[in-house]
This record gives sequence, C-alpha cells and structure tokens, in this order.
Amino acid sequence: MESSGSTTATLEATEGAGTVTARRDVDTMLLVGTTKGLFSLRAHDGGERFELDGPSFPGEEVYATCIDTRSSPARLFVGSVSMHWGPVLRRSDDLGGSWTEDETAALIFPPGSDAALAKIWQLTPGPADEPDVVYAGVEPAALFRSEDGGRHFSLVEGLWNHPHRPEWVPGGGGLCLHTVLLHPDDPERLLVAISAAGVYLTDDGGRTWRASNRGIVAGFFPDDPEPEFGQCVHKVARDAGDPERLYLQHHGGIYRSDDGGGSWQPMTGIAGMDFGFPVVAHPTRSGTAYLLPLESDGFRCTPNGRCTVWRTSDGGASWEPLTDGLPQPDAHLTVLRDAFTTDGQEPAGLYFGTRSGEVWGSVDDGDSWRLLADHLPPVLSVRAAPLR
Amino acid sequence: MTAPAGTTQVPVRVPNTLRELVGGERTVLVDIEGSDDTGTVTVAHVLDALAVEYAALERRVRDELGRTRIHVNLFVGPDNIRDLDGLATPVAAGQELSIIPAISGG
Repeated sequence: MESSGSTTATLEATEGAGTVTARRDVDTMLLVGTTKGLFSLRAHDGGERFELDGPSFPGEEVYATCIDTRSSPARLFVGSVSMHWGPVLRRSDDLGGSWTEDETAALIFPPGSDAALAKIWQLTPGPADEPDVVYAGVEPAALFRSEDGGRHFSLVEGLWNHPHRPEWVPGGGGLCLHTVLLHPDDPERLLVAISAAGVYLTDDGGRTWRASNRGIVAGFFPDDPEPEFGQCVHKVARDAGDPERLYLQHHGGIYRSDDGGGSWQPMTGIAGMDFGFPVVAHPTRSGTAYLLPLESDGFRCTPNGRCTVWRTSDGGASWEPLTDGLPQPDAHLTVLRDAFTTDGQEPAGLYFGTRSGEVWGSVDDGDSWRLLADHLPPVLSVRAAPLR
Repeated sequence: MTAPAGTTQVPVRVPNTLRELVGGERTVLVDIEGSDDTGTVTVAHVLDALAVEYAALERRVRDELGRTRIHVNLFVGPDNIRDLDGLATPVAAGQELSIIPAISGG
C-alpha cells in the first residue's frame, strides 16, 4: 500500500552567529518526527541551504525514524502512531517520495504474547554485512528483529521472557524500549535500554539477557538506590573508537562505562546538570560525545533559559559548553531522547529538535549552530544521514 | 452487487482519513461466510472478514489482541456498539457498519 509525499518549501537557513563549514560534496537528509507528522530537511551545498518537506502522515505522532544507508538509495523507515488508528510502520525506497505499509502488518506482537503494539520507539539498522537485518524497540517494552529488510519483524523472545519483565514499570513516556546499540565487532552483542527498567545486554544474539545497571543511582528508590534493574535510563550512546566505552543519560545523572556496559561510573564534569534526555557520541572521533542537559526533572527546560550543548573530548572527564548560535537568554527549550542526533560525517553534523518546534543544526562538530526550521509541531525524533 | 450463495454481505462505511486504504471508496462490501451457532452475523464476524480483504483497514480498528481501539467508534446502523454488546453486537441484513473516529485529539 503506497501513499505519496506532500508539499515542499525551500528555506534559507536562518543566519547564525558562527561560521558554518561547507561540505559541498554531500547532501544530507534529516527526518524530523513530530507530534503531527513527519517532516524532512534536505541540506544542499554542504548545509548552506535546507529544503523543508512535509508533513507526511499528518496527525500521527512520529517517535521513530531511520535512514538506513546500507542500501542505495537509503531506505527510510518511519514508526508512527495515530491516537485513533494505532501504530504503523512504513518504509520508503525512494527517499520519501512514496511510502509502503505492508498489507500484512510488519510489526505486531505474536499470538500468545498477550500484548499489543502501542508505539514504535526505535528503528535501528543491523550490521553492515547483514543488510536485511533491522531492529525495532517498542512499547510495551520489547525488541523485534527483521531479517527481510523490515517487511516482517519477529519478537526477540529471550528478552520478552526475561524474568524481570513483569516487574518493569513505565517511565513518564510509557514502558518503552528506546535504545538499541549494536557492537561493531560482534553482531551477537547488543545493548538495549528501557524506561524504566534500565540497561540489558546480550552476548548471544538475543537468546539470553542480563540487566547491567551497576553503578547507576536511582534516587527514586529510597530503600535501594542501586537496584539490579529499574533505573530510568533515558539514552545510551557508544563511543566511535572504543566500542567498550558507553555514555549514558539517566533520569538523574550522567554515566560512562568502560567495560561495554558491565559497570557504570558517574561523569561529574557538568556541575549541577544531571537531568536530560539525549546523549550523542561523535560518529568518528573517540572520546567525544554530546549532552543537552535540562534543568531538573521538575522543569525539564534548558537551564537558566540558555540553550547549551555540552561536549566532551576526553571521554567524559571534562565538558565544554557550546553556545555559538544557540538561543539565549530566555530560551526555555526541551529536547527529547531521540531528538538529538548526528549525521555520521566528519566533521560531525549535529541536529536537535525541540518541543517548541525548532530544529537546530551544526556542521562543524558543534562549534557553531543555526536555526534550520521553526514553527513545526513539537519534535519527537530527529535522524540524519548523508546521501551519496 | 449480490453476495455469493451462503454468505452475507455487509457494507462497511469508511471514514475520510482511511479511504486511501481502500482505494478511495466511501463504503466497502465484505462477504461473511457463515456465522455463529445461532445464525447471527456479529460485528466481530464483519471485522474478521474485513481483515481478510482489507487488512490495513481492520488493524486501524482493532489491535492484535482483537480489542477495538479506544478512540474508534463502531456503529451498527444508528447505534454505537459500546452501548450494545460490543463486538458481539448482531448485524442484521441490510444494516451498515460504520467506522467513526471519536471526537478526541490534541
């Protein structure tokens, strides 16, 4: 079943205060999932000009998108949910010109699971040498795997049958599996993160799983602040150069692991800013990662009205604030867990969307930023990739 | 169109927002083979038949556990099935099943 795209408008990117590095040989695509549908931004001339398209699927909440660059042209996936009509997975093989929804639902819980799909939270391409493998993280918290390019997904039973699962409780966004990280050297090793159950690891391709949250303090459990599971992990990112190093944004704290998620140590370089949703690792540079802290779990806006991206270049030992071009003061923005991303290029393109409907971007590793789009519906997810 | 022998044909009214799933049609006809032990055709029978011919439309109405989605209303003739017997509500010959989104949103 196919449907077509929608209207197109051309935007000249709003002038920012900084100088933007031109990457004229590469066009970049951004998929921007909002509460009212999918938008895309196509960057031409190395990011000098952005073209906005959308909305597709108006009225549907788009929590998950994926630009799978293992095929050419890239295959796009969109997981959306309509308040009335439920969740849908669609894919496009022509960069969003048309979308296919399989007549037989690609992603549903199997008979006997006593569960129904509520939302698709994450769509992650599999290993480079397994181009038809795609993972999906969903609500209620479960992992699905496709081996046919996303046409059909199977429930990963090993995680679904984990004895902890009946005790998992939802965070504010729902009981969602929102993070799927592959290990670049071993396709059998996966990390998933669930709100609010925490990190789970497998070393055998998903047959068996273990909770791995040692060191992550869950202050909302007054009698046991370091439980085996139950942590409200918001997002995890894997270091570009050292696959055993991970960066983690918790509900109250930022952490690093140097042993593949086996244990976690707090990162203390951003004083007083322990809340936030996203964390992004630099796509090519080991030791470099980005956070976008928010002020307290009660307010959840950029601290002191100043929108600031923080960057570490030493594996989380220290952090520097990046503000060039970002709005401040009087900028009370919220950025959700999947609304901050990188385009995988060098220097890194970094992009984030806000609940107030803005998309900000940098094409120089975060040194300078500019407004790429505004007046959109609240942004739930952003993904970006080069189109070669 | 006449229903095949041994089947009951029920018109299903499709809301605007879902018509692209059925080729733009306002109403689709579904053929129900058989019925329950009493010879009654129910809403569940109609939706089961809809799932065969228009799977994408049917899953907008029910989830994979067979539950009607909470913001979807189904009417048999003028009556909301939530006020009757739910999915077990009979559909009499000549009656239309209407799929209507609830007045909800944000």
